[in-house]
Amino acid sequence: MKFLLNDKLIDDNTLPSDFTALRYLREKRGLTGTKEGCASGDCGACTLLVGVIKEGELHYSTFNSCITPVQSLSGKHVVSVEYLSEFGGKASGGLHPAQQAMVEHHGSQCGFCTPGFVLSLAGLFENSQSSDKAIDRESVCDAISGNLCRCTGYRPIIDAGLDMVRTAKDAQFIELMSKNDNIKSQLLAFKEVEKPASLSNQSYLQPTTLTELLQVKTAHADATMIAGGTDLMLENTQRFHDFGTLIDVSHVVELKQIQCSGTTLTLGASVTYSELEHFSKTRYPHIYNLLSRIASRQIRNRGTIGGNVANASPIADMPPLLLAFDADMQLVKTDGSKRGVNINDFYQGYKTTLLAKDELIESFSIDLIKLDAFHRFYKVSKRMEDDISSVMLAVRFELSDDKIRDVRFAFGGMAATPIRAVTAEQSLVGKSINDEQALTQAIENLRSELTPLSDMRASSRYRLDMACNLIKKAWLELNGTQVPTFSGHALSESMLSLGNEITGQEGATHA
Amino acid sequence: MRKLPNDLVTGFKNDKLPMHESAVKHVTGQAIYIDDMPEWPNELHVATGKSTEAHADIVSINLDKVRAYPGVVDVIVQSDIPGEVDVSPVLSGDLLLAGDFVHFIGQSIFAVAATSLRIAKQAVELAEIVYKPRISTLHPKESLERQEFVLPTHTIQCGDAKAAMETAPHKIKSDIYIKGQEHFYLEGQISVAVPNEDGGVLVYASSQHPAEVQKLVAKVLGVSVAQVLVEVRRMGGGFGGKESQAAVLGCMAAVLAIRNRCPVKYRMPRQDDMVQTGKRHDFWNSYEVGFSAEGEIISAEYDMVGKCGCTADLSDGVVDRAMFHADNAYFLPNARISGYRGKTHTVSNTAFRGFGGPKGVLLAEAVIEEIACTVGKDALDVRKLNCYQEGKTKTPYGQDVEENVLLTLIEELEESSDYRARREAIREFNKQSPFLKKGLALTPVKFGISFTSKHLNQGGALVHVYTDGSVHISHGGTEMGQGLYTKVAQIVAKTFGIDYQRVNVSSTRTDKVPNASPTAASAGTDLNGMAALDAVVTIKGRLQEFAMEHFSIAADAFAITDDQVVLGSETMSFPEFIKLAYMNRVSLSSTGFYKTPKIGYDRKAAKGRPFLYFSNGAAVSEVIVDTFTGEYKVTQVDILHDVGDSINSDIDIGQIEGAFVQGMGWLTTEELSWDEKGRITTNSPANYKIPTSADVPEKFNVKLFDRANSEESVYRSKAVGEPPLMLGISVWCALKDACASVCDYQFSPPLAVPATPEAVFYGMQAAEAFQLENQSKQKADKDQAANL
Repeated sequence: MKFLLNDKLIDDNTLPSDFTALRYLREKRGLTGTKEGCASGDCGACTLLVGVIKEGELHYSTFNSCITPVQSLSGKHVVSVEYLSEFGGKASGGLHPAQQAMVEHHGSQCGFCTPGFVLSLAGLFENSQSSDKAIDRESVCDAISGNLCRCTGYRPIIDAGLDMVRTAKDAQFIELMSKNDNIKSQLLAFKEVEKPASLSNQSYLQPTTLTELLQVKTAHADATMIAGGTDLMLENTQRFHDFGTLIDVSHVVELKQIQCSGTTLTLGASVTYSELEHFSKTRYPHIYNLLSRIASRQIRNRGTIGGNVANASPIADMPPLLLAFDADMQLVKTDGSKRGVNINDFYQGYKTTLLAKDELIESFSIDLIKLDAFHRFYKVSKRMEDDISSVMLAVRFELSDDKIRDVRFAFGGMAATPIRAVTAEQSLVGKSINDEQALTQAIENLRSELTPLSDMRASSRYRLDMACNLIKKAWLELNGTQVPTFSGHALSESMLSLGNEITGQEGATHA
Repeated sequence: MRKLPNDLVTGFKNDKLPMHESAVKHVTGQAIYIDDMPEWPNELHVATGKSTEAHADIVSINLDKVRAYPGVVDVIVQSDIPGEVDVSPVLSGDLLLAGDFVHFIGQSIFAVAATSLRIAKQAVELAEIVYKPRISTLHPKESLERQEFVLPTHTIQCGDAKAAMETAPHKIKSDIYIKGQEHFYLEGQISVAVPNEDGGVLVYASSQHPAEVQKLVAKVLGVSVAQVLVEVRRMGGGFGGKESQAAVLGCMAAVLAIRNRCPVKYRMPRQDDMVQTGKRHDFWNSYEVGFSAEGEIISAEYDMVGKCGCTADLSDGVVDRAMFHADNAYFLPNARISGYRGKTHTVSNTAFRGFGGPKGVLLAEAVIEEIACTVGKDALDVRKLNCYQEGKTKTPYGQDVEENVLLTLIEELEESSDYRARREAIREFNKQSPFLKKGLALTPVKFGISFTSKHLNQGGALVHVYTDGSVHISHGGTEMGQGLYTKVAQIVAKTFGIDYQRVNVSSTRTDKVPNASPTAASAGTDLNGMAALDAVVTIKGRLQEFAMEHFSIAADAFAITDDQVVLGSETMSFPEFIKLAYMNRVSLSSTGFYKTPKIGYDRKAAKGRPFLYFSNGAAVSEVIVDTFTGEYKVTQVDILHDVGDSINSDIDIGQIEGAFVQGMGWLTTEELSWDEKGRITTNSPANYKIPTSADVPEKFNVKLFDRANSEESVYRSKAVGEPPLMLGISVWCALKDACASVCDYQFSPPLAVPATPEAVFYGMQAAEAFQLENQSKQKADKDQAANL
């Protein structure tokens, strides 16, 4: 494992596969500015920046070091809070603009969460400066969506984020990490030498092509596959389970593709939520809005679609979405043989799937026509950001003239697996889009079709009531009624003022 | 205690205010928390084996596999504790390790010291423990039915509640279950114990109460208190959760450190912390209120049952404070308020910012919302009508509300927040908006300042002046982010008349200031600031005496202002003057002491003055709710809060905003959940949700109410830590208001606490059901009339 930690080259091959970046910094490097708040990726006190070269440019993003194997950082630039002041200090007399703004706005009280916030804000600053994107309230809240603070109530931290550009100017801060040729050249040098090493004797294997992946999976039949590790690593950090060999699939090019070709959108299994967000922002706003309510920025930077699907959690948010679009999955065995499986057939029971032990998910593909059909996603949870669904509904209606030709109601949180409410769907097929009786029938069927659990997130009764109400909501939207839904993004002024709930044309144009 | 010298009462208003003393260290990662301290090569790490039964006898324990696990160095059970096993803060029942029976799931039965935390955690899973379960009590309703209490019930009365209730034209009788709250300090519980050469220990603690850690460590080791030294530099948040419950970690680490003659660290991983340490009490409050047609309260009868958990811990004070705040800002001419200390086989609940107060205030505000709907008035008018004011000053426990400021404060906020116009706009919006509903509420808080345990109302400080003019200050208070160290340093600099930069704050240590009270009850600055001031006044008096003699000047010719020493017509720099004083053998060090005057509560009579003064505030919150799901957003918050003459307005506003959001979290997204066995199911931030930045409204206006404390507090400031937490209740009331809009405000539907989207959804459903029932009743009445 070789990577650049702040300004130091790290070359260490002595670590267990699952040794976390947080422990590495604190226990092996004495960099105790990075804190453990939860060791489950939920609080952000351990946030670090990681820099990689993409299309020739250095790009930084945040991640939770408490659930990230340090070896997954091989070949990258890792930045901790200690470096920011060292780096920024060269130009600004001690503090990075993010740090300076946090001090001036009283953004810290107990200070324990502060280094994590500072890095999230520094990453935002870095990206905005290198791309000339303005920093607004929404981008600040997005950047710190995975950082919990129990003292300040966030207002001063948000203000600090909004004021970074000013503090940078005052300090004549000019150095951006992403523009630093020294860092860049060091990372480029890694790329050349790291690749063979990544597949050698180690317990943490990072293949970069599908062929390599299949090779190492054959050679290490008992190894565990890891992508973002945002759920898997909790085995290590919460239940103190030691993993053996880990195969990291997040660098396999075939698994990273996002491609629209002909009539199909193909999403590689290792595509992260952040990458999907970026892709869907202008093309598929409903997908984009849903993603704002999935986990936090730090988790979305690492968590993958394939991981979410393969994990087979009944409360995951990607499976309902993929079910609504009848996504086809490409599975591949270690011998190289491939098979196509529709996601509708993938889930077999609680946490069980069709995936064989020597098999992995390569990609998902969706008909573009289906993506163009009317679709909506509704997620209900206690908290807007970074919370697990009590209920999630993904809906798609296919229309012909004024009739519903086909419909998908795909739920999370309503059964032991992600599930479609097939009888509810059936009661609408062939009916007029505004057939209220059919809707009533669908809701009635839904009530007898699903028997969700009660747990700490929601009661069974609420889950069922929500499932019905969300179907109703979707149906109203289909019929052109504008029904507001809160997302992780800021409330629009129009939502807050009167006159927003008039009948619109949206449903018709989307059909 | 000394009075403030007259030339010093100018306060801090025009000063350039310092940042939090650790601000730069926080943002650069240089601030050191206990887990950041370098570890010794032989340091051991602790994990405990936990009960899996809520209430059971332990039949057998087999720890062979635990002992045999590679890396395990020591395993202890209760009988291995050299001194006493009871580590209760006040009374008894909290055992360091369980003996032959357990009374909550998560209780420590044995402890392991190993070469790493990971090994210790893996090892404890290998224990084989056989239980014989007993019947368990898990809910305060069951405690009341079974009359199972950790302490006797207390009742406060004024007037004749029963008789007055009979005469009231309107009555409401109902009950409300208020769930507790997890502290979720970002730094989990932790302690490191290092043995010294005399059989004692040095303990680094993350504790709000180092003196208690010291006392309890001495107790479990069987050594004198003087043999134990406890140091606390800072905590990564406390919020009450490290008042009593942090001591266990110090005690466990100390026992293992002494046994193994090496430093021992006990750090609870987040999940252990959430399972094994106490939380804010749940309360089950039943109420009957009688009121006039105008909405004026005539009589109130409250039965408040706190879910104390398995032991008393600090529950006596918590339930008392809930009772003392059941009036909140409102005059109750006739009242009976009974507080029950319900025993349950769950983790012992403890202090949490507000210390019971929030459970009283929420009850008072729920009652007001319901009265308003009953009499058809805006809730704000009912609030103002019942508010303490001239002629209505007596609290149910007999203390007078002497400062007549609540009404003024409420009216100022009503004006500045544009409450009336917004109320009208919201009514209009709700009439026309089928899917979204808005809610609005202004709620006040009046919070009593002083520990209700009288003896805790004392503070100590130690001030040294060195020959270069630098000043070192120690006091009994601890820093958990609230800015206490900064404020006390400001007080010391101001009182001396020197630059703030000269003053150095240091860790809180039990060998610098003995027997200190916990940093709690919002009283940190009031007690420790005043004690530090006292020490400075002593040193300054000596300096004055010296100057009079040495320079032959009159007493009033001596002054220290703007970092200069004035000696008649001459001036001298502070360091120069201090050096001179030293050469002339003037003592440059002093302790300082303060005890709160005037207070006293006669528990037998249930009357007295438990508080020196009240801190006041009010908030207006506006919410918007999605009627399909019950999901909501808080869209605007306006706060006006009374901190007297502020010592550091930046820090005070930080406290107000932070407390508000913490209170809002308690009442919205933060929901504790337990299964039927008594196991907590919300044991991680994955399933327990404190607010994030997106939950805080962009329109978040906080102003300080500009008025000096009428009591002689330190620089006429007021305590700020806890009171604004209760301003978060305005969010809950606004959600209740939004629910009531569904039935055109004819009825204020019950709303669960916390008001999760699920709770709000069913609040609206209840309002809708009321509306339908009402309509069918009206129709039936009409039909009947037509038939006649």
